[in-house]
Amino acid sequence: MTKPKIAFNWASSCGGCEIAIFELGTKLVELSNKVDVVFWPAIFDYKYTDLEAMPDKSIDVTFFNGAIRNSENEDVAKLLRAKSKMLVAFGACAYGGGIPALANTTTRAEIFTSSYQETQTTNNPEKIIPRTKVEMREGVLTIPEFYNTVKTLDQTVDVDYYVPGCPPVGAQVEKVLNQFVDGNLPPKGAVLGASDKSLCHECKRIKADRKITKLVRSYQTIADPEKCLLEQGIMCMGPATRGGCGGICLDANAGCRGCYGPLPNVVDQGGKMLSALASVFETENEEEMQKLADSVADPIGTFYRFSLAGSLMRRIKK
Amino acid sequence: MVIDLATRFEPKIVGFLCRWCAYTGADLAGLSRINYPPNITPIRVNCSGRVDPTLVLKALATGADGVLIAGCHPGDCHYINGNAKTIRRFKLLQRLLQQFGIEKERVRLEWVSASEGGRYARIVESMTEEIRSLGPLNWKKEMAIAA
Repeated sequence: MTKPKIAFNWASSCGGCEIAIFELGTKLVELSNKVDVVFWPAIFDYKYTDLEAMPDKSIDVTFFNGAIRNSENEDVAKLLRAKSKMLVAFGACAYGGGIPALANTTTRAEIFTSSYQETQTTNNPEKIIPRTKVEMREGVLTIPEFYNTVKTLDQTVDVDYYVPGCPPVGAQVEKVLNQFVDGNLPPKGAVLGASDKSLCHECKRIKADRKITKLVRSYQTIADPEKCLLEQGIMCMGPATRGGCGGICLDANAGCRGCYGPLPNVVDQGGKMLSALASVFETENEEEMQKLADSVADPIGTFYRFSLAGSLMRRIKK
Repeated sequence: MVIDLATRFEPKIVGFLCRWCAYTGADLAGLSRINYPPNITPIRVNCSGRVDPTLVLKALATGADGVLIAGCHPGDCHYINGNAKTIRRFKLLQRLLQQFGIEKERVRLEWVSASEGGRYARIVESMTEEIRSLGPLNWKKEMAIAA
């Protein structure tokens, strides 16, 4: 039997998803006996020309992490789609946009102004900003185009499966990789390596159905490690987030940030969390309600931390 | 002033009306033959507390210029406190929409009892005019331009 050919690629990401694969440790050696890695730019010296030279549909499965931030990300996504039988959006960025998609709260022009002119360590008197083409004496130099809006992988190409998480936890990565090796797969479009229930389901903290009168930010308090964080007024995305991660943030006494994405049949994780948060507010007084709502410091950054590009609104209007 | 009706912007408003008060109020407006703009598309829901923020976001993202949520007056909720949940959620939603760059006049929460057909008509009228002066939201087109 021929070994399945697999590929890994990173687009606009931090590299954490690559590290998540290494969480397998020695099991990675066992896995490498079962599969052939044909493309993995983070680890081996592959060039895009190597990829272009492969026949179409010759890769069995590609794990693609990172959001689509620039034209290079998009071109490689399209190329990998053509070369792969199955394409997996691996990690929160490919799935819902992740942290890079928080740039959708601003514009390309604003990012260029702040990064290339306004930061204190920048010295750029000629106000040079990246251009896709520069003509030099030696010829024309090109760089990829930086997009105004960050997209998810499935807004760019057809995606077969999704693996959520920032990054996906080691145990789930192992499970998912084995699912592909064994060919034990659910119908197309499924979310792999996560539970179908909310994180609250696997959270061991005591839930007393208590309401809150104010929100506190994590630096303002030391949370009780036994009790529900939301009931202590600490933001926790648990009610609107898929479980399956094992609640590692909760074990570290920090609220869930929502990296495992929306629950099944939910289109907008942020909307659901907003709803859940409103229902733990203890007040019938309109003024107090307003005060509570105003105390959410950054609604988009809180409710859509990992899912802005994949959400209904996608970006802010500017 | 001459208004060119062919080119005048007609706002599309989606109305989520609670069946016990606001929807019955809208019915009364019709039965009483009160004139009001045809710009609203009413959707009957059991309670204003049932209006998930996702429904409002989806309406705006897919082409509505405004959304009206209307229910029973506070204290009069058919389900005792469903509309208290609506207020809490609405305050948060407004804050979120503000960050998305959506004017707060586009999404309104109003109380209309079953006997207030006239009030319902006035609300739709004032909302239509306010959104008309704001102009179209055109979220899909805006997003395509911003891509």
